[in-house]
Amino acid sequence: MSAALLEVMDLAKRFPVKTPQGKGLLHAVDGVSFRIEAGETVGLVGESGCGKSTLVRLLTRTLPVSDGQIRFLGADLALVDPHRMPEHKSRREVQMVFQDPHDSLNPRYTAYDTIAEPLKLLGGVKDAGELRARVDEIARLTGLPPELLQRFPHQLSGGQKARVGIARAAVLRPRLLVLDEPTAALDVSVQVVILQLLADLKRELGMSFLFVSHDLNVVRLLCDRVLVMYLGRVVESGPAADVFANPRHPYTRALIASIPGSGRRALDHLLPGEAQSPIQMAGADASGRCGFHGRCPHGRDTCAAEIPLLRAVASGREAACHFTDTLPEF
Amino acid sequence: MLPLLEVKNLSLQFRTRGGTVHALQDVSLSIAKGETVGLVGESGSGKSVLSYALLGLSDAAARVTQGSAHFDGLDLLAASEADLQDIRGREVSMIFQNPKVALNPIRKVGHQLEDVLLRHTTTPRAEVKARAVHCLAEMKIPDPERRYHAYPFELSGGLCQRVMIALALACGPKLLVADEPTTGLDVTTQAAIMALIREKGRPAVGTQAMATLLITHDLGLARDQCDRIVVMHAGHVVESAPTEQLFREPRHPYTRQLIGATPVGRASLADLTAVRGNLPDLRRADLPACRFSERCGQASAMCAGALPVIDDGRHLVRCHRPAQEVAA
Repeated sequence: MSAALLEVMDLAKRFPVKTPQGKGLLHAVDGVSFRIEAGETVGLVGESGCGKSTLVRLLTRTLPVSDGQIRFLGADLALVDPHRMPEHKSRREVQMVFQDPHDSLNPRYTAYDTIAEPLKLLGGVKDAGELRARVDEIARLTGLPPELLQRFPHQLSGGQKARVGIARAAVLRPRLLVLDEPTAALDVSVQVVILQLLADLKRELGMSFLFVSHDLNVVRLLCDRVLVMYLGRVVESGPAADVFANPRHPYTRALIASIPGSGRRALDHLLPGEAQSPIQMAGADASGRCGFHGRCPHGRDTCAAEIPLLRAVASGREAACHFTDTLPEF
Repeated sequence: MLPLLEVKNLSLQFRTRGGTVHALQDVSLSIAKGETVGLVGESGSGKSVLSYALLGLSDAAARVTQGSAHFDGLDLLAASEADLQDIRGREVSMIFQNPKVALNPIRKVGHQLEDVLLRHTTTPRAEVKARAVHCLAEMKIPDPERRYHAYPFELSGGLCQRVMIALALACGPKLLVADEPTTGLDVTTQAAIMALIREKGRPAVGTQAMATLLITHDLGLARDQCDRIVVMHAGHVVESAPTEQLFREPRHPYTRQLIGATPVGRASLADLTAVRGNLPDLRRADLPACRFSERCGQASAMCAGALPVIDDGRHLVRCHRPAQEVAA
């Protein structure tokens, strides 16, 4: 197997927390492993609180890592201190597009300033003429008309702001673009344009995407492969088309059946109760329980006694369920 | 049979410093008892303005310039504030878009439920707590006894939304206005919440069916949940039809473009087509009669004339050049 662009191994993030019952550890990301190949688009899905955002913050090295490795371009980024990350050679190779296009733009910067900032800080572009040429080029690629570049965020529409956010992230031509719900704040009418823009941009610049979203319809259309997270762990992964056609983990099934218009009866897959707490109290036994136990319609005694590990279930597919082979037809 | 809610030719403006915003123009809408109607359109198309106007919750700058709105025999636009207060929460209730903002942050959710029950029902004070806990339990909120004592900030978004729905449904309203009730929630939570609302729409024997006005910009959700869909664009109702018919034979170009932009059931990104352009500025003095004409692409000289109403009793479309109906 060729070297992946990004290879994450047993990555973990634990936050110390205080509860009325005493001290404990919140396992936000718990032993996550996956790879992203060059030029691949990987979707990361899961409900709020499942650890998606923490994972993203670990990958972009804005949070210290508790355990594990992040292998990227021959280096282990997990060893890099977040404060030293800005000087690291990989810093310019991993860029991020944030969820809210409005909140993530500096209100006192014009679109031009916003897009030029990374070039000045990380791109080593000193010459004003070159700076202008680079900004103009990415503006063209992201469909921003030149006259918009002198505007401030409040003078731009939602779709235009989303383009500025994407242009800022893409202007350095990073190898990996991390997109955190880039279309969540947009209307359907604008969402399509932005998704098609991202697909074009990827073709043009040959980047890899990690696309975080809870809109499964969008993930299905944009992504080559999908990772499903639940309670800090990856519970299923595989080619997007296969996972959507025949999910092998009960949680993935519930997710897919819940998509409006999926034609599935969501009622058959409704999840009772709430997710387990990700907090492990100090001194308590490391709970050997499947994170999905208690909500899973197929749960049995084994599930309460043993954590299922992510294992290959078909070519290119993995699932973390004791009973994945005996699940009823989807 | 008389519809439960009937809005006729309603126009509403906001007077602002930047000019008069023509937020609703000649809007007609009716909802039968027990019916679920979806109200769809882009942000800014007037969906929420319409629902606020119906409940008498409009901003002080709003002015109704024409039209009428009747709910179960009551003239909503002429009703006194006292009458409206009697109706709101009991006969018509609303699920607001953002539960974290709509709930009172400094009052326990159980007490907020009790407020509604004491104001609108004959529940004796001694029983009201049990009743409130029952309402929470009905929304499948785990551990309702404990959650009764929770403040909104102690609950997750999904739980807050369930509390909102418990409040809205506590008095068994005849009409529920749900304004983006699941925006920002996970799909699994969304499915659970919609199932709860639907359950109330198909009630047990002896209780009355609840009608729902579901405001959403998610066409997939509207298709799953609604009997009929009303499409709004820039303050106009542009099309209204039974759900299946609307998706099978959309006649207004805006509806067609919206459906074309919805990713549900598409095989690839290339199958999606974007909606052209942006909503027109509703403060403009020279708004065209058809507010979609500048985005339409099929507009011709005839589109400058007054907006027609083409209505066969089931399928309504307001367009000079609608797509032809498939011959029956």
